[in-house]
Amino acid sequence: MGRSMLDLWVGIFVVAGMAALVILAFKVGNMSNFGGGDTYEINANFDNIGGLKPRAPIKSAGVVVGRVKSITFNNERFTAKVTMAVESAYKFPKDTTASILTAGLLGEQYIGLEGGGDDKMLNSGDSIRLTQSAVVLEKLISQFLFDKAAEGGTEKK
Amino acid sequence: MPHRSLPTVRSIGAKAIDNVLRLGYATRFIGLTLAHSGTSFARPGLIVRELYYTGVLSMIIILVSGLFVGMVLGLQGYQTLTTYGSESALGVLVALSLVRELGPVVSALLFASRAGSAMTAEIGLMKATEQLSAMEMMAVDPIARVVAPRFWAGVISMPLLAAMFSAMGVFGGYIVGVVLIGVDEGSFWSQMQSAVDIREDIVNGVIKSFVFGIAITWISLFEGYDAPPTAEGVSGATTRTVVTSSLAVLALDFILTSFMFSGA
Repeated sequence: MGRSMLDLWVGIFVVAGMAALVILAFKVGNMSNFGGGDTYEINANFDNIGGLKPRAPIKSAGVVVGRVKSITFNNERFTAKVTMAVESAYKFPKDTTASILTAGLLGEQYIGLEGGGDDKMLNSGDSIRLTQSAVVLEKLISQFLFDKAAEGGTEKK
Repeated sequence: MPHRSLPTVRSIGAKAIDNVLRLGYATRFIGLTLAHSGTSFARPGLIVRELYYTGVLSMIIILVSGLFVGMVLGLQGYQTLTTYGSESALGVLVALSLVRELGPVVSALLFASRAGSAMTAEIGLMKATEQLSAMEMMAVDPIARVVAPRFWAGVISMPLLAAMFSAMGVFGGYIVGVVLIGVDEGSFWSQMQSAVDIREDIVNGVIKSFVFGIAITWISLFEGYDAPPTAEGVSGATTRTVVTSSLAVLALDFILTSFMFSGA
C-alpha cells in the first residue's frame, strides 16, 4: 500500500475516533453541564435529607440552576448541612425556601428553591434559613396508619 | 529419602521464580520502551504505519460489535424497564453501561485478540527469523525501531476505538429503542444527557481505555519479544497474549471501577 493511502486511512481513523469522542461529549453527555461556568455556594440545614446525593440537581421552578456540592452532618445541631453550588447567573432572595423533593414517585431527589420577597440577595457562603426536609415514606405511612386507627377508635364510641 | 511430593513443590517454586523473573524483565522492557520512544516521536511516520495496522484494521470489528452490543442493550434494557413502566430511561441505561463499562472493556478485549495477538506474532516471528538480531548488527536498536512505535500506536488507538465503540453502541440502542420499538425520542436523548456526566462518566471511560491500551500493548509486545524463537514458542506466546491481556483488562477494570465509581 502506498504511503499516501496509509496516511489517508490513519487520518480517517483518527478523525472518526475524535468524532466519536465529540458525539459522546455533546450528544450523550451534556457539554453545557460541564463545569457549568461560575458558581457560588449557599448552605442549607435540613432535618432529614432522605436519599439526596451529591451532584443532585437544584431546581427552581423546574429549571436546573445548580448542583449539590457536598452533604455533611452538623454535629452541633444534629442536622444535615447541604452545600449547593448555584450558577452565578441566578440570584435568590434571602428568604428563599429550600425543600427536598422527589421527581416522580420513585425518581431521584433534588432540591427545589422557591424565591421569597426579600430585597437582599443570598451571597456566597450564606445559609438558607427556611428549609423543608425530605418526605420519608415510612413516616407518612405510619402517620396514616395511626390516623386510621384513631378514627376507628372514635367511631366505635 | 525425600518425600514423593518434593518434585511437585520444586516445580511450583521454579515456576514462581520464573514468573517473578519474567515480571522483572517485563518491567525493564517497558522502561526501555519508554526510554527509547524519542525516535518514534522524531519519526512520526513509524507510528502512523503502526496506527494503520493496530487502529484502522481493528476499526471494522469495533464498529460492528459496538452496534450489536448497543442493539442488544436496547432490546434487553427495554424488556426489563418496561416492567416498571420506565422505558423512557432506556437511553440512560444504554449510554451509562456503554460509556462506563462495556465500551472500554469489550473494545479492549476485541483489541487484544485482534491487534495484540498480531503484534505478538509479528515480533515473535521477527525474533525467530533473526530480523531483530540483524537490526542490532546494523546498530539499529530494535526496541526504538520496532517496539516503541507499536507501543505508542496501541496506546493512541485504544481510547479512540473505545469511543467509537460507545458512540456506535448508543446509536445501536437508539435504532432498537426508538426506531424499532418506539420509545419516545425526546425522553431517550434528554434523560441520557441529564444523567451522563462528562467528567464522571465519559472522561473516566476514556481514562479506562487508555490504561487498557497501555496494558494490552505492553503484554503483547513483551510476549512477542520474549517468545522462544520457534514456531511453537511464537504460537504459545500469541495465546498467552490474548489470555493474559484479557485477564489484565478485567482485573484492571475492577480496580479502576472501584476507584472511579464507588463514591456516591
